[in-house]
This record gives sequence, C-alpha cells and structure tokens, in this order.
Amino acid sequence: MLTFNIVAGICLAYVAILFGVAALAEQWAQKNKMTFLKSPIVYTLSISVYCTAWTFYGAVGSAARNGLEFLAIYVGPTLVFVGWWWLLRKLVRIGRTQRITSIADLISSRYGKSNLLAVVVTLLAVIGTTPYIALQLQSLTLSFAVFTENNANAPSPAITALLIAIGLAAFTVVFGTRNLDANERHHGVVTAIALEAVVKLIALLAVGIFVVWFVADGPKDILQNAEEIMPKDTGVFNSRWVTLTFLSATAIICLPRMFQVVVVENDAESHLATASWAFPLYLFLMCLFVVPIAVVGQEILPEGSNPDLFVLTVPLAMGQESIAALAFLGGFSSATSMVIVAAIALSTMVSNHIVLPLWLYRTHARNPESDDVRSILLRSRRISIAGILALGYFYYRFTGGTSALASIGLIAFLGIAQVLPALFFGLFWKNASRSGALAGILVGFTIWAYTLFLPSFGDSFLLSKDTIENGLFGLSALRPQALLGVEIEDPLVHAVFWSMCLNLFAFVSVSLFTSPKPLENLQALEFTNVFGRTSQRHMPSQITTSDDLFILAQRILGRTEAGRLFEAKAKEQGKPSGLPDPTSEFIITLEREFAGSVGAATAHAMVGQISGRDTVSVEELIAVADETAQVMEYSARLEKQSKELAATAKQLRRANNKLTKLSQQKDDFLSQVSHELRTPMTSIRSFSAILMNDGEIDRKQFAHFSSIINDESQRLTRILDDILDLSFLESGKVKLNLENRNLGKLIEQSITASQTAFDTKEIKVNIPTAFQKITLFTDADRLAQVFINLITNAIKYNDKDVPVIDFSVAETVKALTVTISDNGPGVSEADQEIIFEKFSKLSSGASSSGVGLGLSICAEIMRNLGGDVVFTPSKTGAMFTVTIPRTSKSRDAR
Amino acid sequence: MAKSVLLVEDEPFIIEALSFLLTREGLNVSAFMDGDGCVEHIQKTNPDLIVLDMMLPNKSGMQILEELRAIEGFADLPVLMLTAKGQKKDRTAAEEAGVSLFMTKPFSNKEIIRNIHTLLSA
Repeated sequence: MLTFNIVAGICLAYVAILFGVAALAEQWAQKNKMTFLKSPIVYTLSISVYCTAWTFYGAVGSAARNGLEFLAIYVGPTLVFVGWWWLLRKLVRIGRTQRITSIADLISSRYGKSNLLAVVVTLLAVIGTTPYIALQLQSLTLSFAVFTENNANAPSPAITALLIAIGLAAFTVVFGTRNLDANERHHGVVTAIALEAVVKLIALLAVGIFVVWFVADGPKDILQNAEEIMPKDTGVFNSRWVTLTFLSATAIICLPRMFQVVVVENDAESHLATASWAFPLYLFLMCLFVVPIAVVGQEILPEGSNPDLFVLTVPLAMGQESIAALAFLGGFSSATSMVIVAAIALSTMVSNHIVLPLWLYRTHARNPESDDVRSILLRSRRISIAGILALGYFYYRFTGGTSALASIGLIAFLGIAQVLPALFFGLFWKNASRSGALAGILVGFTIWAYTLFLPSFGDSFLLSKDTIENGLFGLSALRPQALLGVEIEDPLVHAVFWSMCLNLFAFVSVSLFTSPKPLENLQALEFTNVFGRTSQRHMPSQITTSDDLFILAQRILGRTEAGRLFEAKAKEQGKPSGLPDPTSEFIITLEREFAGSVGAATAHAMVGQISGRDTVSVEELIAVADETAQVMEYSARLEKQSKELAATAKQLRRANNKLTKLSQQKDDFLSQVSHELRTPMTSIRSFSAILMNDGEIDRKQFAHFSSIINDESQRLTRILDDILDLSFLESGKVKLNLENRNLGKLIEQSITASQTAFDTKEIKVNIPTAFQKITLFTDADRLAQVFINLITNAIKYNDKDVPVIDFSVAETVKALTVTISDNGPGVSEADQEIIFEKFSKLSSGASSSGVGLGLSICAEIMRNLGGDVVFTPSKTGAMFTVTIPRTSKSRDAR
Repeated sequence: MAKSVLLVEDEPFIIEALSFLLTREGLNVSAFMDGDGCVEHIQKTNPDLIVLDMMLPNKSGMQILEELRAIEGFADLPVLMLTAKGQKKDRTAAEEAGVSLFMTKPFSNKEIIRNIHTLLSA
C-alpha cells in the first residue's frame, strides 16, 4: 500500500535525481562537454514543458466531460511546429542575433528597446502565469491527497502546497540563478526538464498500455465502450474548438515558459528541424491513451469520481501501485517542470525590466558592468522567483478547489495571447510601431480582463453581478459577455473574438498614424530582415596594443599629428623611444582627439572596438549614422556651392569672351582706320617729297602731282569726317532735330546735293507724284544724308552713260518704305553680305575713292531714326529699301 | 640689262609715285593690282624684286609671300613688304614668312630707293 510517506519519499528521491542530473549538466556545460546537451532531442523534450499537470491529468478529465475537445490543445502546437516552423526559425534567429532574454525583451527590443513595453508585457505575463502556477500546485496537492485519504497524520492540502512551492522555489533558485549568462541559458535546468519529459511520457504510456491491454480487452473493446460512454453532443471544429486551437497555437510562442525553452534556451537553429517533427510526435504519444483512460475510468470507477485524477486512480483501483507511483511521478514532473521554467522566465523579466531599471534610476549608476549590478541582478532574480511562487501559492489559497481555478488555464492563455499581434506583425511588418504595440496590448488586455478574467470570479471580484448582467453603467452594449450586443454563447470565444479584433485594430491603426523613432526603425529592419543580413558577430580584441591605436590614429589624424601625439605621450610616460602604453587615460585622450575629426559617436565606437572596452551598441551606430548624415548634408551643400561657382565661372567666361571679341573688333577697327589714313598719307608724302627735292620734273607733271596731293588731302578729310560721324552715331548721343518735312522735297534736295559731285554727268531720276503728298515727322537732315549716300553710290558705281534712278514708296500704318533702284551693275552676292560693314572693300572693282564707311553710316542713322536700310536683291542694278517709322520715336529706338 | 621690279599694290597713286621714283633709278617697273593671280603673274614675269602691299583685294600680301616662298626658285627672291596698318604683329608674321624687308606707309622716298638698291645688289 502506497502511503503518503512512501510517496513523499519517492518524490524526494526523484528530486534528488533531478538535482544530480542538473548539476552534472551544468558541470558538463562548463567543461564544454556539450555534445549530449546539444542534442536536438534534449531541446525537443524540453519543449514538452508545454504539457503541464493540467494536460497530464486534465486531458483525461476533459475527455471524460467534453469528448474530443481536449485534442485542440494538442492540435494548435502541432500546427505551429509542422506548418509554421519558419516563424519559429525567425524567432530563434532574432533571439540569437539580438540576445533576447525573454518575450518581454523581444517585444521591447523590436519596438526601439522600449522599457515601457517591456514592463507592460512583464506585468501581463505575471498576471497570466500566476493562476497557471496555482493550477500546478492544486494538481500536485490533489494527487498527493489521493494517497492521504486514509492517513490522519498527513499534512493538510494547504501545507502540502506550501511545501511544494518552497521546494520548487529552492530548486529554481539553485539552477535558475546559478550564474548570469549573457544568453540566459540554463543547461542544468533544461536537462532536468528533458528527463522529466521522458518520465511523464513513459508514465502516461504505461498507464495507457495497462488500461488498454490489461484492464480492457484491447483497442476494439475500448472503442465499443467509447460509443456508449463518451459525451456525444460536443463536436470537433465548432467555434469553441477552433478558438482553443488558436489559443494553444498562440501559447506555444507567447507563453513566457514556452518562449524560454523554444527561443532562449535554443542552442542551434538546426534543432528546430528535429523539433518540428519530434515535438508533434511527442504530443501525439501524450494524447494517444487519453480517450482509453477516460473510457475505462468512467467504466470501472464509481459514479462521481474526479475524472481529472483517472490517470492516478485507475491503476490504484486495479491495485497496480507501481504504475500508480509512475503516474504520480509523471504528474509531478509535469507540474514541477512547468513551474520551474515559468519561474525562471518570469524572474528574468521582472529583474531585467522592472527591478534593474528601478535600481539604476535610484542609484544613478553609470557603470552597468560592475559587480555590484551583478549581485543586485542575482538577488532580484532569486527574490522574483520566490515572489512568483508565493503569488501562485496565494492565488491557489484564494481560489483553490473552486471552478474558477479549473477554467483559469485557458483564461490565462488568452491574457498572454494579447502580445501575439505585436509579436507576429513585428517580425514581418516594418511599420509596426511602439505606440501601436502598446495600444494593441493595452486594448486587448483591457477587453480580456473585462470580458473574461474578471467575470470568471463570478460576482465576487471587482465586477458586480449587476454589471455582468446589464453592462457597465447599465449600458447593455457594454455587457462583459455580450459586447455591442453580440451574443456568443461561449464567453471564451466571445472574449477571444473581441480582444483579438480590437487589439489588432488598435495595433494597426496606431502604427499607421505614428512615425517611429530612428532606433525603432533600425530595430524594425533588424527584425524583419533578420535573414537578409549576414550577422557577423565581431569579437572585440581583448588586448589593445599601442600599434593598433597608432595605426588608427594615423588614419584619422594623419601621420604627423598622430606621431606628435604619441611622441608627447611617450615622453610623458618616461619612454623616450617607442610607443606609449595604452593606459585608459591615454585612450580617453585619443578618443577626444578623434572626436574632433570623425565625431564623438564614431570615435567612441572605433576606440571601443580596438580597445575591446565593449562592443558597439545600436545606439552608438545610430549616432554614427547621424554624424554621417550631417557630413553628407554638408557635402551636398558644398557640392551645390561648387555648382553655383561653376555656373558663375561659366558666365564670367562668356562675358570675357564677349569682351575679348569686342576688344578684337576695336583693334580691327583701329587697324582699319590706320590703314585708311596711312594710304592717302603715303601718296601725299611721296609726291610732296618728289616736288620738294626734284627740279627736273616738268610743269605738267608738277600740276598732276599737286592735284594728287590735293585729292588725297580731301580724301583724308572725308575719312576723318566719316569716322567721327560714325562713332558719334554709334555712341547713342545723337540729338535728333525732329520736324515735319515733305518727303518729295526731301528727296529732291538730296538729289541736288548728290549731283554737285558729278556735274559732268547727265542723270535721270524718276520720282512718283505720291511723294509730294507725304509728310514725315523725322530728323530731315539725317534722313537726307542717307538718301544722298544712296544716290551718290547709284551714280558713282554706274557704268551706264546715263544713270537712271527710280524711286518708289509704300505706306503702312506704322511705317513707310522708300526704295531706290538704279540701272548700274548691281552688287555681287558675296558683297551683299558685307556691304554694310565698316571699311568693306568690295571685290567688284570699286573705285578707291570710296572709304567704305558710307553704308555703315546710313545703317547707323536709320537705326537712330528707328527704321532701317537694307539691300534688296533685284534683277537689274542695285536696290535699297529704306524703312522710316511713321512717328519717329527714334530716341528710344536704341 | 635693267633689273625689273614688280609693284603689287591696289592704290593707283602709290603705284604712280613708286613707278616715277624707280623708273628714274633705271629700273624696269611693272604693277599688279589684285591678290588673285598674283603668284602666277610673278612666276610668269619672274621679276628681280617685288614690292608687296599687305592689304590687297581677294588675297593678302602675307598669303602671297607664303605661297611664293614655297615655290622652287622663289625662296630667295627679294620681297619688300609695305603695310599701312603698322601693327607689330604683322612685322613679326612677315619676318617669319621670309620677307626680305618690311616697311610701313607712309615711307620716305630716299629710304625705299636705298633699300631696293641694297636688296637688288645683294
């Protein structure tokens, strides 16, 4: 007969074995004999911490009461491991690269290392896990009670629970807080839990096999009985079933203890590959005999027996004490492993995210690496573990044995599940923001508490019966179990629906309307692209050599400056030759020097890398990026300025070219003037010298030479007049004498003036009578000068005996045009182009008496008058067209 | 036999003055008034000396000089260049092109006669 003492003894022996295994594993881990510990099987078995006492005992109870509903609890995790292993892989990779220590750390890290989020998730986890721990304590206490029914000396359930809680706390403290590992891995605990997983599987299989083949007559018998005994009205795939599947799938990722074993304790990503089939297999074996045990238990045990204890009571009833003892150990394993891992996970969260920040805030500690912090952290972990178990114990004492506790498992699931949207979308949606995550979790948590958690206490806690039935403030839309009047029979389904929908809505909408900070953006990229980047873990060199520092200094400061700095320091240290010692003071000096060149953050990061002081943090990288951005902005500004300068230079070059061209034109003009003046002067000088020195020339020659001198003198005068006139016209200082003048008279005067130069020649001029009727308002003398020039040319270059000059006129509103044409040889095409240029020497045998300025002067006068004069190609002779504006605004014409 | 001088000049009065002066010195003087065909004319008439004006219609005296110097047998023909422009760069360019002597207008009668004699007797 198994007595309480024997059972207690078995328990103690079992715990001692666990203790030994854990201690051994720790030793191995320290000696790096990790081959066994690193086995994916150990990893897979540790995941079975999912199967708590609630599943070990409760699955049979659930099957007896609700049929196949219990399967949902196994289907959810199976779906995740088989179908969503890539999600787990991403989580594991992120956990590794970001050194994630808990689910709270993951959420906080993803959303810009927000401590507020970490605190919220931690509190959520504590609230959600405490009832669960209480449930384990209850299971253990109940299973102990099975053996103490006839024993008056056995301790009361309350004492049993307290002892168990203390024992678990002690075990967890010893193996969960032995050292502070950066990765928060606990090889001892994980190994012990793997052993427990084996024990609970063997226990359940043993009971199952015993029940099927030794109590009943094999599977066929069971199935036949099942038809009669099992409840029939509960279907699979109804809304509750789907909800349960969803919740259990969420639990495998979001529950703190599951996150601990799946992500934090993971040694290698490849282990997931094994776990993806081995864990579902484990679950399958765990639920294989649930229905047979439920069927047989209901068959052989008296009415009213607690189906939650069938696993234990069926072997006992059949007198199989050893199997019962094994089953008890299985249940004990399930409960203890869950509590231990949960306590470790929660204590990590509480100490990292609540205790430590508070302590740092209080002491303003600046150096987080000091031993002081280390001991604070360890102490806070230990106290947290004790506190968490105490919470669980008191929760058990407060609600123990009531229906509230039985259903609390699923309720707690949903509480923790509120982090799912923030977690899941955080891995894939870059724009998910801190505010969105916070809003989603808080909204979901509130809905969960209002619709499920608080009502689960009945009318005894916070929510009155009236509120539950009629809604908050009497508003029926706010009835906790029928929000907005949506009547869903099952409060769990109702709560899951509303909390998840509103959580997701708040999360997405707030994310869309908030702009994340730089650190958040960077973390978002780190998380969403965790497979996109090759994570190179740069190992900082632990020993700084002055050589390294010198090379770095040369790069940053330049050869001379670095040399000067190091030399001065070496002298100061009393080392006249060689490099100075890399004292921390010197390194700080160097960093300050570098900061002047590359910015403070970059300098810090670089020196930090080289001196092995610490690795470069994300914040430092962000600061480096900021500095780089500033440099880039500055460089962009320089580039812009440089472009502007280039444009200015181009303008200047253009202006310079223009000036050079003008200067060239002026030089050419002066050169032309020189030529035009020197040519007649040559004749004058030469002939006057002949006349002066030669007595031998005859009278006739004397007269001829004298006339040449006379002609050339006149030519000189003309040239000078023309040049002066032209430069005056070009200067724009011309003062016009505007007056009314009859066009016909003006032309006649011009002809008369021209003819005086050719009094020997007979000239014929045709002027239409229309000219007499036209009156112009213009500078008549200047206009006459133009006509005189044109008429003179028409006569001078005419080879006919009787030159004929024809005038014609055309009027428009704005101007009138006068054409002069002659019967001369005309102007060759080549000459037409240069005819108005200064000093243009025409090829067509023009007489040398022309200066080549006449037409230039004409063009300049017409420009001053606001009109123009152009050569008009015609078939016979030359034709010029003079355009005169009707109202001469000549002065503004320029 | 009298030496021949070709005047390449487009100003009739200057031709007249130079012809008068050089004929009196016992030289055979002829004139050509256009840049076009001037080189061919020189090749045909093969004068002993050329007085070459810089500014000519259709082709400059500088160009004529360059072409002439490139023809075999005319590399050493004495060429006295006249210019009315009086720019220093013209003198430099002419010297580079192989001019024998460079004079600016207006010139002194005595000087040009002396120079022509010097060039002819060299």
